[in-house]
Amino acid sequence: MYPSRFKYESPKTIEAAVALLDAGKGDAKILAGGQSLVPMLKLRFAFPDQIVDINNIPGLDYHRFDADGSLHIGALCRHEDLEHSAEIAERQPTIAAAAPLVADPIVRTRGTFVGSVCHADPQGDWAATMIALGGHLVVQGPKGKRTIDMKDFVLGPYANALNYNEIAIEAVIPAPKGVARGGYLKLERRVGDFATASVAVALDMDGNRVLRAGIALAGVGGKTIDANEEASALVGHDLTESIIDTVAAAVAAKAEPRTDHRGSSDYKRQIVKTFVKRILVAQIAEKVA
Amino acid sequence: MSSLFEEIATPPADNIPVRRITVNVNGTDRTLDVEPRLLLADLLRQGLDLTGTHKGCDTTNCGACTVLVAGRPVKSCTMLAVQADGREVQTVEGLATPSELHPIQEGFKQEHGLQCGFCTPGMMLSAKALLERNPNPTEDEIRWALSGNLCRCTGYQNIVKAVLWAAEKMRAESN
Repeated sequence: MYPSRFKYESPKTIEAAVALLDAGKGDAKILAGGQSLVPMLKLRFAFPDQIVDINNIPGLDYHRFDADGSLHIGALCRHEDLEHSAEIAERQPTIAAAAPLVADPIVRTRGTFVGSVCHADPQGDWAATMIALGGHLVVQGPKGKRTIDMKDFVLGPYANALNYNEIAIEAVIPAPKGVARGGYLKLERRVGDFATASVAVALDMDGNRVLRAGIALAGVGGKTIDANEEASALVGHDLTESIIDTVAAAVAAKAEPRTDHRGSSDYKRQIVKTFVKRILVAQIAEKVA
Repeated sequence: MSSLFEEIATPPADNIPVRRITVNVNGTDRTLDVEPRLLLADLLRQGLDLTGTHKGCDTTNCGACTVLVAGRPVKSCTMLAVQADGREVQTVEGLATPSELHPIQEGFKQEHGLQCGFCTPGMMLSAKALLERNPNPTEDEIRWALSGNLCRCTGYQNIVKAVLWAAEKMRAESN
């Protein structure tokens, strides 16, 4: 199929992009990496009147750690920028583990972190990662900026909390209390396929003690699954195999997998449990190199 | 010329303007008027007759349409032609010189890295992007870098050998 006809603008400032969205009254759509939007245009799942391409707005392709330890990811930071970042590899293990697993290497050269979060695909790696990390988005609209917590951002499949005239300009991951630890595991039949199940785990730790814990799941429900409440049972405790077993079972119970050609519901739940355990056990202090 | 291109080359109805873009393709600036919904793959294949860029799945899966945009591999069925305005695009036609194959092409020939050849242009451009960043890749790194390009003939074994062959040749040439 071919995209339906649309008007195209590539503004040079965020303000001009917001003005185009505002004028579009809900029929305008932001184009960042385009690795989800262009396929959806071609399938005519999406048929906006106006495409607002933000790729020519300078200064959005960053990711940086501020002095306070918080991580800021701009709207044009591509998946591969995070995959190849030495700073991310050193300081943000959940994102470092997920980045090489997003789609395939060619898609990763174009697709963006913030775009993937906004797309809110139940299979999306980054929305799950952001929920586990307790992140928020900075969004800009005609009246200025506001922030939206990730826990309030994903409303359902492909549905987010942005107003039609707002752009997500930055993702923010708060500074860890203690040391940031964690990981990301995804089971897929082949590179680029939809995940059978994915698990994001983000911990803030002091030695072997957990100060904050977040877990979120992708591919095992009608939307990204927030299991931060189940993960919070780890807070204030030392990581031990027994507490890990309890939390892994609770998180697996939170998943809502459906039986399909990728596996039965029970199988997917078992994968979630195994992945949660596998990531958490690797964080037990004496196992960390 | 296909009916699709006729359709999208027709000045569109009402208020949707055609955009004038200039894209540097294989070292030459090309200026065209395109409708915004034209895909980069179709600009190359139908607008510029560069049919070496193959469309396999047209759904962002197979990687046959991979070209380099500003040096990085991109699935050209998943990028709008207007987004290439002012940027450099390299296709398989830009690999060889009139007198000499590119070492990656030579590697595919030497190691029998293709059978039907449909995936080969995309494979070679992904390989080129890899070797520019990593001149001495391991077999694993090659398999990882090419994991967005599907081949249904070779089983990948000879493709990996071809890239290893090219890497060695390119390292020897740069010494």
